[in-house]
Amino acid sequence: MPYIPHTPDDVRAMLDAIGADSIEDLFDEIPAHLKAAGKLDALPEGLSEMDVTRLMNERAAMDAGAVSFIGAGAYQHHIPAAVWEIATRGEFYTAYTPYQAEASQGTLQVIYEFQTLMTRLTAMDVSNASVYDGASGLAEAVLMSLRANRKSKSRKVLVPAALNPRYTSATQAIVENQDVALETVPFCQEKGQTLIDALKHHEGEDYAALVISQPNYFGSLEEVDALTDWAHANGMLVIAVVNPTAMALITPPGEWGEDGADIVVGEGQPLGVPLSSGGPYFGFMCCKQKYVRQMPGRIIGRTVDMEGKQGFTLTLQAREQHIRRSKATSNICTNQGLAMTAATIYTSLLGPDGLTNVAAHSHANTQVLADKLTAIDGVERAFTAPTFHEVVLTLPKPAGEVLAALAEKDVLGGVSLATDYDMDNAILVNATEVHSEQDLQLFEQALKEVLA
Amino acid sequence: MSETQLIFQLSHPGRSATSQAPKALSDDKLSAIPAHLRRKQKPALPEVSEMQVVRHYTNLSSKNFAIDKQFYPLGSCTMKYNPRGANRAAMLPGFLNRHPLAPESHSQGFLSCMFELQNFLKEVTGMKGVSLAPMAGAQGEFAGVAMIRAYHEARGDDERTEILIPEAAHGTNPATAVMCGYKVREVPVGKDGDVDLEALKEACGPQTAGLMMTNPSTCGVFERQIEAISKAVHEAGGLLYYDGANLNAILGKVRPGDMGFDVIHMNLHKTFATPHGGGGPGAGPVGVSERLLPYLPTPMAGQRDDGSYHWIDSDTLDTSIGHLSAFMGNAGVLLRAYFYARSLGREGMIRVGEFSTLAANYLLKRLEAVGCTAAYPDRRASHEFILTFAKEAKELGVTAMDIAKRLLDYNQHAPTTYFPLLVPECFLIEPTETESKEALDEFVDAMAAILEEARTEPDMVKEAPFTQPVRRLDDVKAARELDLTWSE
Repeated sequence: MPYIPHTPDDVRAMLDAIGADSIEDLFDEIPAHLKAAGKLDALPEGLSEMDVTRLMNERAAMDAGAVSFIGAGAYQHHIPAAVWEIATRGEFYTAYTPYQAEASQGTLQVIYEFQTLMTRLTAMDVSNASVYDGASGLAEAVLMSLRANRKSKSRKVLVPAALNPRYTSATQAIVENQDVALETVPFCQEKGQTLIDALKHHEGEDYAALVISQPNYFGSLEEVDALTDWAHANGMLVIAVVNPTAMALITPPGEWGEDGADIVVGEGQPLGVPLSSGGPYFGFMCCKQKYVRQMPGRIIGRTVDMEGKQGFTLTLQAREQHIRRSKATSNICTNQGLAMTAATIYTSLLGPDGLTNVAAHSHANTQVLADKLTAIDGVERAFTAPTFHEVVLTLPKPAGEVLAALAEKDVLGGVSLATDYDMDNAILVNATEVHSEQDLQLFEQALKEVLA
Repeated sequence: MSETQLIFQLSHPGRSATSQAPKALSDDKLSAIPAHLRRKQKPALPEVSEMQVVRHYTNLSSKNFAIDKQFYPLGSCTMKYNPRGANRAAMLPGFLNRHPLAPESHSQGFLSCMFELQNFLKEVTGMKGVSLAPMAGAQGEFAGVAMIRAYHEARGDDERTEILIPEAAHGTNPATAVMCGYKVREVPVGKDGDVDLEALKEACGPQTAGLMMTNPSTCGVFERQIEAISKAVHEAGGLLYYDGANLNAILGKVRPGDMGFDVIHMNLHKTFATPHGGGGPGAGPVGVSERLLPYLPTPMAGQRDDGSYHWIDSDTLDTSIGHLSAFMGNAGVLLRAYFYARSLGREGMIRVGEFSTLAANYLLKRLEAVGCTAAYPDRRASHEFILTFAKEAKELGVTAMDIAKRLLDYNQHAPTTYFPLLVPECFLIEPTETESKEALDEFVDAMAAILEEARTEPDMVKEAPFTQPVRRLDDVKAARELDLTWSE
């Protein structure tokens, strides 16, 4: 019996202690006709660890072997071996939520360190212990902005069209049930940046917040100072959506404009979490001190024990569902503890210089790649704005067709912008520090052949 | 154990784990980034060596209880053994390096696992369709209630404003209903742990969108009137939501679909043995009956006639409630659950419900024999049960919290305390099927010893624990003098 330790003698002794004749007797409160006997026939027979491992090895191998230049919200980076060797230690991997603080000081201190790291990366005051991912984190930030912006009575938030469309759709799916409306701000077709002039139409109207993505979905860097100051001048909070790797190189949201962003969220995956088909990742969420009571999710505080010794504990729990029930700031219960633990180890290993170098190489490699690809006839940069580590290229042929042909050569050449932006010939391409000169050449060569 | 310094206190300017990052680039390589967008001061991250990091976090890990180290009888949390083989399989390079937006041509291995997992979950729950997209139980609840809302809206039935929830329910239930724009109406629970059926019938009406409940309930007993409840809610035009937190109790024995539920979520980090990771990640797939199929969250895995696999997304299922995350959910958790499902197979699934129920009933009888008070002594335990220490609190001044803290000194993780709220001074205890009889007996011995201590040395018990890295913490100070980040 997989993972069940009981011998026939154990079972007999346990039933005797209960005073039952059989295990089936223990289900005597369930109406007989509801029982599922014989209804699980579509399930296969159980397999040994060796056999399941062999099966999954075969499946995993089917998906391996390509060189990928896909980003669009999830990025390949080198992950030091120590990160997951430590994160998957049983003491982290198989621990529960740290409700019993005395027996969870390891996890609690890791979260406190994580909170500190995230506030330092983003130049914000406080951080929570993470939410599911960047996109759902934005939904939480939008709902939080409605609570936090006491000057606004609006249930509307301005969202740039140049925001990752997967963030927009997930946020929409989550907030629309509470009658919250997202209104779109267009981008400049030439530069690929949010159109500041378009904001003028919204002056004098009541919105809870403006979302600013840095970089935006196209990889373009936004004029964050002007956007932030405009939002604040018009009574809105600023919700920043940022890439954590980029934070080492570019102005953090806490320093945008005169007063800085109010709430910051983002996808934490680039900090030591593998691509892994989209999860588990973690969303980070930071804010100004004055909004901390409106923040959803777990928050850890440093305190002392009854002998005056330093210790860590869950705090401000009166915001959370297990205390406040229907009046909680969110229904969120779990954080992404393990991924967050990995990110804490990753960020500590890299330090300020290491993370800066990762960001710089990702930027520089993407520049080199874009230069190589735009040297091919008919391939051009779609936009003129400066970029971080992602760039939109227009091709002389439909993007879907080109990407499929590249995939046949085991080059995953980015994502198409045809569906989301009606840019039929445009692809979004990313390179990071993991891409070697040969990888970039491979892409260049493959694209030449496909377009020839 | 000594106080561990923070990683920031180990920092030394100029030190780094040099082999982990590429070399510095000259500034001209960054000239494309305008100066006014560049960060002025580098972030104050720790500057430490690789070994310092490894040692620091290894030492921190030793300050945790964990299933790999201790018995962890947390009620409603299903802290069963997390197979190591599942972790290794999910971390195979082909799975780890697959980008979520990789084309289907490079995703057949992953998609085949997801497609099969969807089918396994359909079979064990008796539902007609499953989406793996929700990233945790609470997000599964959200998806479920959002589907209920979408169903009513699609029928033009928009007078339904209320979700009914038994008072013993998990806090996520009412919080979820509110996130989906509903009002919450609580339904009382009777003395025997079953829902007050008459009160429920009175609460049902044209304003009822649905009922959220767990079965076995959070009182640790099987809700015997489930069919009558189902009938009452359905007749009022509402739908039935099954909170799968307690699915372990009935896995292979009863299926939510057969009980009349329209929508359920499962916690794979409970029932399917994926790790809790110190608070997450989880995975909360949802299953639905026929009438909610059009609303399932996307993406899902589908299979073509030629046997190949593809994504079913909102472009082909435009009635879907949509995406709940940027990509497809907690894929790595789902792969671990897939491993578990393949290991157990049909026979193994049936045994889960059987042996988790056996363990709970055994533990309950043994604890009663050493002087513990059951909250529902006349009922069978499901996979979990409730003890109440109201008598000890009143007569000895020793509370459930004191006993919980003292258990830590006996190297036993405390059960869930003070939940459900309707039973005073309670423990909710769930031993799971993977604990040996000896482990259960050790817990009984610890509880017997603590009850004796409560009588002879109550003041000592009230100050426990004594053996942990810290004594009881000052939570009031933590909340009043907020210290959420380190400053040098």
